[in-house]
Amino acid sequence: MREEQSASQSKTPIILSWLVILAVVWLLWSGIYKPLVIGLGALSCLLTLYLSHRIGFFNESTSIHVIPRIMGYWWLLFVDIIKSSIDVTRIILDPKLPISPVEVELESAPKGPIGQAILGNSITLSPGTVTIDVYKGRMRIHCLTEESANDMIAGKVNERTAELTEK
Amino acid sequence: MSMYVIVSIAILVTMTLALARALKGPSVYDRVLAVNMFGTKTVLLLAVVAFFYGRPDFLDLALAYALINFVGILAVLEFFQSQRNDDEEQAKEQEE
Amino acid sequence: MLEQVLYVLSWIMLTVGGFFVLVGGIGALRLPNFYTRMHAASVTDTIATFLVLGGLLLQAGLTIATVKLIAILVFLLLTGPTASYALANAALLSGVKSNATFRKVNGKGSKSGAGQETSVNQETDASQETSASQENNEEQSK
Repeated sequence: MREEQSASQSKTPIILSWLVILAVVWLLWSGIYKPLVIGLGALSCLLTLYLSHRIGFFNESTSIHVIPRIMGYWWLLFVDIIKSSIDVTRIILDPKLPISPVEVELESAPKGPIGQAILGNSITLSPGTVTIDVYKGRMRIHCLTEESANDMIAGKVNERTAELTEK
Repeated sequence: MSMYVIVSIAILVTMTLALARALKGPSVYDRVLAVNMFGTKTVLLLAVVAFFYGRPDFLDLALAYALINFVGILAVLEFFQSQRNDDEEQAKEQEE
Repeated sequence: MLEQVLYVLSWIMLTVGGFFVLVGGIGALRLPNFYTRMHAASVTDTIATFLVLGGLLLQAGLTIATVKLIAILVFLLLTGPTASYALANAALLSGVKSNATFRKVNGKGSKSGAGQETSVNQETDASQETSASQENNEEQSK
């Protein structure tokens, strides 16, 4: 009983900050400031909070500390995406279509579920590599060419994701 | 003004190509991939059209379409997967 | 002056974005099998989306439309890979063949007990592949 209380107390600031975020999003997107519409907005914010509580969203959000660190990671990913997009474009427009599909099985450096989700999505996000299976910390990745596979392995995405989530 | 027209034409041509793939695609998953592509291109087209006609309310439609497209693709995949599981169970029962 | 620079920049971003959209469409039609076609779809999902919506952002200036465009962009970039993964995984489980050479890479991070893990994993992989090929045979026989 006491444990539950302390848990709910530590959750309160998280729930309140989400309420503020939802309210700001509603106000920005609706653009109509009449009492009826704002009342409906308040209702839907509360409903959203209740539904997120029911699916256990607030139990998982302890990893909110990732967000400030993620900016540098996004820049790395952005550069990666541009480079691999140009490579894939060159391959698609080449009349000979020089593809050499490779499936790579990679051991993921991040161990937690959030780190693995971020890693898998980052790999899928950069063209030329698609994550097709995640099983017990191992990723099966389909690559369009040998080069894209080598770039993906040589690139520091795996290690960077581990640094991002586990410190 | 003309740049919106260029982008719109590029997006429309790609949507046609995606539809061709959806009609041609040998497996179900090729078709789902093509439909997913068609959906994301619709979102982009709606955003461009919003600026072309100067009607920002189209952006709300684009956002809603993005949400529906995502949920729809997941629902279709779930449907195929459960259908396949049912088939396997039936096959097992017949074997027994 | 600044307005003109932004105008030219957004013009370039929109045109290049349209080009990448077109490349993705051509790739989806040209590439030979399912998994390779996913890479073409990936091009339109990431760089093309980013460039087209970025170009529109520069046109919008600072209004409510900007917030909505950023929301669409973030939402598409978050859901795109998730949908791709769900699709690829469903295809893999139902035994769609990729015709790819298989390669195993060990992470540079933890090396303790890596040998055992790989040997166990090879077995499971082999069984997965055989079950997939069996399924394929069944489908063909039907």
